[in-house]
Amino acid sequence: MLKDKDRIFTNIYGLHDPFLSGARARGDWDGTKEILERGRDKIIDEMKASGLRGRGGAGFGTGLKWSFMPKEIGARPHYLVVNADEGEPGTCKDREILRHEPHKLVEGCLIASFAMGAHAAYIYVRGEFYRETQALQRAIDEAYDNGLIGKNACGSGWDFDLYVHRGAGAYICGEETALIESLEGKKGQPRLKPPFPANSGLYGCPTTVNNVESIAVAPEILRRGPAWFAGIGRPNNVGTKLFNISGHVNNPCTVEEEMSIPLKELIERHCGGVTGGWDNLLAVIPGGASVPVLPKSICDTVLMDFDALREVRSGLGTAAVMVMDKSTDIVAAISRLSAFYKHESCGQCTPCREGTGWMARMMSRMVSGAATPREIDLLEQVTRQVEGHTICALGDAAAWPIQGLIRHFRPELERRIAAAKSRPLAAAE
Amino acid sequence: MSTQTGAIPEVASFVFTPDYLAQAQAVIAKYPAGRQASAVMPLLDLAQRQMASDKSGGWLPRVAMDYIADMLDMPAIRVYEVATFYTMYKTRPVGKHHVEICTNLPCWLRGSDKIVAACEKATGIKLGETSADGMFTLSHAECLGACVNAPMIQIGDDYFEDLDETSTASILSELKLGNKPKTGSQIGRKTCEPASGLTSLTEPTKGRGA
Repeated sequence: MLKDKDRIFTNIYGLHDPFLSGARARGDWDGTKEILERGRDKIIDEMKASGLRGRGGAGFGTGLKWSFMPKEIGARPHYLVVNADEGEPGTCKDREILRHEPHKLVEGCLIASFAMGAHAAYIYVRGEFYRETQALQRAIDEAYDNGLIGKNACGSGWDFDLYVHRGAGAYICGEETALIESLEGKKGQPRLKPPFPANSGLYGCPTTVNNVESIAVAPEILRRGPAWFAGIGRPNNVGTKLFNISGHVNNPCTVEEEMSIPLKELIERHCGGVTGGWDNLLAVIPGGASVPVLPKSICDTVLMDFDALREVRSGLGTAAVMVMDKSTDIVAAISRLSAFYKHESCGQCTPCREGTGWMARMMSRMVSGAATPREIDLLEQVTRQVEGHTICALGDAAAWPIQGLIRHFRPELERRIAAAKSRPLAAAE
Repeated sequence: MSTQTGAIPEVASFVFTPDYLAQAQAVIAKYPAGRQASAVMPLLDLAQRQMASDKSGGWLPRVAMDYIADMLDMPAIRVYEVATFYTMYKTRPVGKHHVEICTNLPCWLRGSDKIVAACEKATGIKLGETSADGMFTLSHAECLGACVNAPMIQIGDDYFEDLDETSTASILSELKLGNKPKTGSQIGRKTCEPASGLTSLTEPTKGRGA
């Protein structure tokens, strides 16, 4: 179990002062100038050595991503864009950073921007997080007033401006190029890649988009050294991670734990266990709505990290753990997610625009049992025709939960269809 | 993405008040010269807030979108596209208190159906409707990002979390009386920590900067 001394987010519950004096007492803004004096290359090397993988869902190496930015600043300015458009169902970790640990994010923005040659950064916060945005803005204003950002930030000689941009209720803007479009004042529709944002992002300029948590942990990694961070968890899956555990547990909560903690230990230690006990567990969606569901047999032993969850054909995603006990109508649960993806498809790519509607309608038939047995394979086939055939990953995200359902709960789908077919006969008897 | 229905009243004209205009100008200054279109989302939000009154929630009449298009030197259609793409922009009037009930999976698992029923009972209207006195609009919402505090609702700028039928009814009756109900968790926990007590961060915090 992670010890408190290794926890980065020591005010994640907001029990202490979130703003500058409280943040400083917790160690934020300690030696920031010294970190910047190490220089761009050293900072990026240390981030690579730490093994930090992006905390937004895809798990791409943060240091490596930073290194993709052009080494020299040319005619086009560089930008850092922070993705705080937290909307993946089950996920509520960045919200706590924004309102309780905003200075970790502000300091991280300065360091990351410096390392990538950016004099300006935008934090794109989902529009519904109005109070959280107010807390973040207050932290930014404090940082300006105390010379931590702005001209000659922290006395480093680096000029740095940080702005907040509020979204307005579109899940798709969590996709990095849709987010950039939105930030430019357009509908949030993803761009074709290449060109990648590091070459042509915001306003056509070199841009890196990082998740809130990835940026907020960077200052502490650079203060304590990459070896400390890399020593937590297991190889290729290192560090600490914020987990959100929701659904059928006795005490739903957010907690910072070590990467690779067993799922069962996470739930039993921090959430008071599954409602009705571990044996009452039906299934878990381990990483936000987009990743496939896991039945209890896998949950018994699986580790919460990128590689372990990929091996069982699911994913760590945002580490948003949705727990379902045996009272759950698992078909209705996945159908609810299908309705969500249908609602959130941006409409740009035909396979997603049409396919999310087909999948949602077929899932409704599965819920009532109105489908025929052959429709199970037809539904699976539809998911394969959407997956991998769209500009962004929303199509994949809509397909995977259904694939997981069919993989692990096919007998339940068949039982339901059979029950619905026998109902009129039973009534006639 | 927009699923709003109902008649759109005629609004003759729209301009920002001096206070909102100052805010709008501060927003525009956040973006590089020539990139003022970036300000369209915040400006639509400001316009929507200005349209709110004691009798109704804020919404965006077409004249407000045209005004913003002029201000940002954008074709009006580009502003309409943005205003209709994002769910937080209301292209039709809504009630003074827009009650948005999260019904996505984490809230559903913890009883959002009961919260919907409690809201319908307390307001006398169904999901998607606005009460005759203009006090309430009820909507379902997709995941609002407070999943460990499920079930939850958003009313205006505030979240109300860890709800049950009783606390939901109480919040809505407070609003009817013109009071400000307590925001956040309704079961006495501070935020997102385990309700039964801390399982981490129990040692005194020792920042090296202190």
